[in-house]
Amino acid sequence: MEVNQETIQHLAKLSNFALTDGETTRLVSDIKEIVGYISQLDELNTDGVEPTYQVFEMENVWRPDEILPQEADREQLLALTKETLNYQIKVPKVL
Amino acid sequence: MKIANREQSAVELVREALAKAHEYQDEYHVFNWINDDAIRKAEEIDQRIAQGEEVGKLAGVPYALKDNFLSPEGESTASALILEGFNSPVTATAVKKLEAEGAIMIGRTNLDAFAHGSSTENSYYGPTKNSKDVERVAGGSSGGSAVAVALGIVPFALGTDTGGSIRQPASFNGVYGLKPTYGAISRYGVVAMASSTDCIGFFTHEAEDLDLLMGVVAGQDKNDQTTLPDFYRESTAKTVKKVGIIKDFDNEAVNSEIREALKRKIGTLKAQGYEIIELEMPALKYALAAYYIIVPAEVSSNLSRHDGVRYGYRSADASSLGELYENTRNEGFMPENKRRIMIGNFVLSSGFYDAYYLKAAKARTLIINEYAKAFEKCDVILTPVAPNPAFKLGEKINDPVAMYLEDVMSVPLNLAGVPGLTVPAGKTKSGLDLGLQLVGPRRSDRTLVEFAKVLEEVK
Repeated sequence: MEVNQETIQHLAKLSNFALTDGETTRLVSDIKEIVGYISQLDELNTDGVEPTYQVFEMENVWRPDEILPQEADREQLLALTKETLNYQIKVPKVL
Repeated sequence: MKIANREQSAVELVREALAKAHEYQDEYHVFNWINDDAIRKAEEIDQRIAQGEEVGKLAGVPYALKDNFLSPEGESTASALILEGFNSPVTATAVKKLEAEGAIMIGRTNLDAFAHGSSTENSYYGPTKNSKDVERVAGGSSGGSAVAVALGIVPFALGTDTGGSIRQPASFNGVYGLKPTYGAISRYGVVAMASSTDCIGFFTHEAEDLDLLMGVVAGQDKNDQTTLPDFYRESTAKTVKKVGIIKDFDNEAVNSEIREALKRKIGTLKAQGYEIIELEMPALKYALAAYYIIVPAEVSSNLSRHDGVRYGYRSADASSLGELYENTRNEGFMPENKRRIMIGNFVLSSGFYDAYYLKAAKARTLIINEYAKAFEKCDVILTPVAPNPAFKLGEKINDPVAMYLEDVMSVPLNLAGVPGLTVPAGKTKSGLDLGLQLVGPRRSDRTLVEFAKVLEEVK
């Protein structure tokens, strides 16, 4: 797997990072090294092995479909954001 | 109980802890924030005791809280700029349970930003220093919590362990560090890193105190659907007779003083009549590679919520919503956060998913099977925690893979969901702390704590 400037720019886009040129250059070598390391998994024979995505032994934990009291109310949550307008979160223009 | 024996008033205990916290702060940078108001809570506890009221098992006991637990006391920053100014209205379940028993939080401890790291150098607020040598790292990511206990500021501290973040700093600072079975303690109100491996646990001076803390904090929580039905309080410790050692971990990549400490401990156990079982666990060699695929994949997903819109830091420089996201995230995350998010997006992206993420998930199955087989032959496993004692500040910070290799013997447990407990194991010739790691099958937490007490006595 070739890791180059283009790969890093693509990953930065997926990750929502506005990288500087210096960061991009540095990340090419860092990510190349990390991908080199994790690629050693190729050596491991996993034929016929089922994947494990979680180690929790339970499935389908159901609860009644009811609204429970919440710890934080609307005012407390809006107080965490930088800018509000009419009880809404304000952000720069979308389009 | 040693940490709550009531020989002193709550005010005296808390005042003493706060004084030490301030005294050591400049030199060690243990805390992101010191809670001077804690003294008021201590006064309340003393008044309740004076009035003959029932107070909890931890009444007046000061503790330190890793700064990735949410509570309204202080900003919950996870040592990352992107959570600057985040005063959480929500309180983590673990914190609620401790405070219900009267424990008093005296400060929020430093960590690698978002718990990404093995040295606490990735903190936006600067590194925490090792308790025995200020030119060396505290370990990480829960470095501040480990040092808070090691310096005697508090009798216990809370940490999180996704791949060794409690056990490794515990071993670097000569204290006990428990990573319980996956699902033993609610993670509600804790900044998520990798949901399939994140665990909450403790640092203490005494093994016995871990039992008290597990009794208080473990258990099912409706706010965290991954908590297991209560098992700790009902479980009984198995009498350990057979101790496993992993042959592959006895190699030149592991520091000779650590290997000698393990051999000494094994020698003592043999002399006491324990049977030592040599284990072959060849898939463990691949645990680190699997970990650095699975965990970044989960990190990239969990950290996508930090966008500057609803809480925390927001870039001042943005003329559109897209720029707001990109500039906030680029300015607010540390370099290691960015590496992990990008690796996560890489291993999950189309074309690479099968070769990396799916392959790692299969490796995880093999690792789980190896532990299951190992625990048919022995009751617990004793291994090093990390390949080296505390290393120099700056030594590995510019080499991400060298830093990852420090986790090689701690991450397999998280992938398998089994508990691990760091026990102090003497010092190097130059006076650095050494630790060893006890590993047991799932739900054997009490066995590990009881066996740690045995090891404490036979040393």
